[in-house]
Amino acid sequence: MLFAPFISKPLNVSQIMFRVMLALIPGIALYVWYFGPAILVSLTLASVTALAVEAAMLKLRDRPVAPFIKDNTALLTAWLLALSIPPLAPWWLVVVGTAFAISVSKHLYGGMGNNPFNPAMIGYAVLIISFPVQMTHWLTPHGLGQVELTFLDQLNFIFSGMLPPGVTLDAVTMATPLDTLKTQLHLDRPIQDIMGMPIYGRLAGQGSEMVAWGFMLGGAYLIATRIISWHIPVFYLGAIFVTAGIFHLADPAHYATPLFHWFSGAAMIGAFFILTDPVTGPTTPRGKMIFAAGAGFLTYIIRVFGGFPDGMAFATLLMNICVPLIDAYTQPKVFGRKEKKA
Amino acid sequence: MRTLHQFHGGVHPPTNKTQSNQKPIAQVVLPSKLVVPLHQHVGNSARPSVKVGDHVLKGQIIGAPEGRLSSAVHAPTSGTVAAIDMQVVAHPSGLSDLCITLIPDGKDEWIERKTHDWHGMQHAELRHLLREAGVVGLGGAVFPSDMKLYSHQHKIKTLVLNGAECEPYITCDDLLMRERAADILQGAEVMRALLYADEVLIGIEDNKPEAIAAMRAAVAEGKHERMEVIAVPTVYPGGGAKQLIRVLTGIEVPTGVRSTDMGVQCFNVGTAYGAWRAIAHGEPLLSRIVTVTGNVGNPQNFEVPFGMPVDELVAQAGLLPGTTGYIMGGPMMGFRLPSEQVGVIKATNCIIAMSDALFPPAPPALPCIRCARCADVCPADLQPQELYWFSKAKNFGKAQEYHLFDCIECGACSYVCPSHIPLVQYFLFSKSEIHAREQEKQAADRARERFEYREYRIEREKQEKAERLAAKERAAKEQAAKQVPAVEAPVQANPENTLQLKIQAAIDHAKEQAAAVKPKNVENLTPEQQAEIAEIEARRERIRELAQSNVETPKE
Repeated sequence: MLFAPFISKPLNVSQIMFRVMLALIPGIALYVWYFGPAILVSLTLASVTALAVEAAMLKLRDRPVAPFIKDNTALLTAWLLALSIPPLAPWWLVVVGTAFAISVSKHLYGGMGNNPFNPAMIGYAVLIISFPVQMTHWLTPHGLGQVELTFLDQLNFIFSGMLPPGVTLDAVTMATPLDTLKTQLHLDRPIQDIMGMPIYGRLAGQGSEMVAWGFMLGGAYLIATRIISWHIPVFYLGAIFVTAGIFHLADPAHYATPLFHWFSGAAMIGAFFILTDPVTGPTTPRGKMIFAAGAGFLTYIIRVFGGFPDGMAFATLLMNICVPLIDAYTQPKVFGRKEKKA
Repeated sequence: MRTLHQFHGGVHPPTNKTQSNQKPIAQVVLPSKLVVPLHQHVGNSARPSVKVGDHVLKGQIIGAPEGRLSSAVHAPTSGTVAAIDMQVVAHPSGLSDLCITLIPDGKDEWIERKTHDWHGMQHAELRHLLREAGVVGLGGAVFPSDMKLYSHQHKIKTLVLNGAECEPYITCDDLLMRERAADILQGAEVMRALLYADEVLIGIEDNKPEAIAAMRAAVAEGKHERMEVIAVPTVYPGGGAKQLIRVLTGIEVPTGVRSTDMGVQCFNVGTAYGAWRAIAHGEPLLSRIVTVTGNVGNPQNFEVPFGMPVDELVAQAGLLPGTTGYIMGGPMMGFRLPSEQVGVIKATNCIIAMSDALFPPAPPALPCIRCARCADVCPADLQPQELYWFSKAKNFGKAQEYHLFDCIECGACSYVCPSHIPLVQYFLFSKSEIHAREQEKQAADRARERFEYREYRIEREKQEKAERLAAKERAAKEQAAKQVPAVEAPVQANPENTLQLKIQAAIDHAKEQAAAVKPKNVENLTPEQQAEIAEIEARRERIRELAQSNVETPKE
């Protein structure tokens, strides 16, 4: 080294990203446990696509491939996107989504560190807008479906779209717990009745609530090892809790409990893994609080009053837009200077 | 129990202090030569007061302080002045500076040392003594200590002695406090008296229990009152003056304000020791404790005379093969020495021999991922990721808006950066660029002012001239009217006449001016002076003749 400091902390970008992926393992394991190994296929597909597109984009942009491909950021994007897509979605859906996330939303904006929007969420948004039907192929958890697909059947369906004879798509897939709630509420059923349906577990969806616990566990590991700070998860979940709590208290028959919203959809993975993406989030502690609280509020509003099944992705993207503004207005007081008056 | 305060951020790099703090301070074998720079302190360079070939005694002044902010430089041992010339010095720039090269005679013969009882001395006298003894801040800033030992309106309440030593590898203050605690405290008493300070707080990081114990024992033994040794948490940069003051007193010294205005003055423990040796023992600052560590077989602290070449010093610590260079200072804020032959100076607290195993080359920097780990550790509460962004874009205005100049360059941000971005280097670049532009702007401003004044002056002179001319014309008209009253309308009828008058006036004016610029100092000369002038004239004449003859008889 030529200049001070001559030493550096042995933690690099690649290790940080690797640890985040490591923290996803409990959630993925529970996913496999409750919904079968199809998710592993999407994870693999997304990973391979991400690495290939990353390498191609680096080459096109005349950047060194080796140091950037090793940074694990593309892999992490791939995993987060794969976890947001139904495992039974056709193979090309994962490939298109990942390729778009890496090429357009990451590299066309200047590559790692320069993308204003969360690439995984851009990938998700593109897919849900372009291929809404394929994005509904959510698996029913073990024991609930009329038919259980074997892993080979799942593979066959992902790559060829063929189901075993006599099995319909409706028999092996279902609407998400959030979707089901929305549909049933439209039919004027009270929440208490809806929650009695077999697809619901203790807090939220059968199986999916356990996956959410898995992500929470991984998130706790990330906070404990200081890979992420506590601000974003706490304020995101806090904002969902408060908003959902107000509505629930006002009208318990039509608005689900705050805990239902915590353990449904992408709330947990979003709180610990998606909103905490440093590149597209604010850098100041106060900024993180504002950013996460805004995202929590928007998630709830889009879920309950919007047209999409979940609000996490759009809430993230909407708050990503505000990041430069949030950063500029939340600068902390500098040592030896008076608090700046806004 | 005193409640300690905190400052934001900080890092915990491996301290690597045990390698060098296990053995007592060793004396070095005198080197073959000493290269003593005359500028080892903040302020004006000392003026050499010896000539080449002079024999000097140990402790003799070889560089006299010049101007108010300066300090003396002494012969670290007895010997002969071999050269006074430009040599590469221990500075990151790698530039040369005026140095005195001394060849030791091996006798180590002292000048006469005057001991003082400081209790009876005037404060001004004490300060003068410190200045003549070359006592400067040994924590690294090397600011002349006499200049810091003033008390305006007795506002200073607390004297802080800095024994934190937060940089990894360095243990010179640790060993000094373990071995020479009593002298440090005596020095602190003198400083307290000069500052009219009430309490003395000695801050030592809690990874130095032996030093803390030794200092506490010395406080008790010396019956020092209102003097407290405080163990502060080990966190880099806890030894920064503002950070230590914050931890010990809770005072956050505002930007652009001196700590003395907040009632606190801060000195390094080594400085207090040096001050005491100078006052009580008549020993000027000739040497200091230097930690020699890193890629050496025998890492330890040495008492090193100033000017000792670094290569001879590390040889005495058993330099190991594979050394790629030397860091002066610690690994967080030190710099690579431009040459291994530079002499140890007053700011040299540590020499670390580098090897690829100890300091592996940094991997190539990746883009910033805005993780803000740098902001988490910044002791100045800055947002290094923003400053980096602005520095990279050369958006210096924005960088200043985000308080670039509050950066203390501690390197904590670079240390934690997972993308290995040399953040501090970006900030140094921005700072120097802003300084350069500021200077350019000032120069341009001055040039513009000069130009504008010149324009104004020319314009004014033109006007004055015109006025003078007009006045003369009027006068001429009146005169003409008086002289030839009989002639009708003389002026209009005879324009040549006025022209001539004007010319005459101009000639008179020129004559007057010529008379005015005549050299006045040739009048009233004494006969001796006249004789001298005559002699010079004669000499000139002769030279002219010689030159003439040379031209006439070209080379044979």
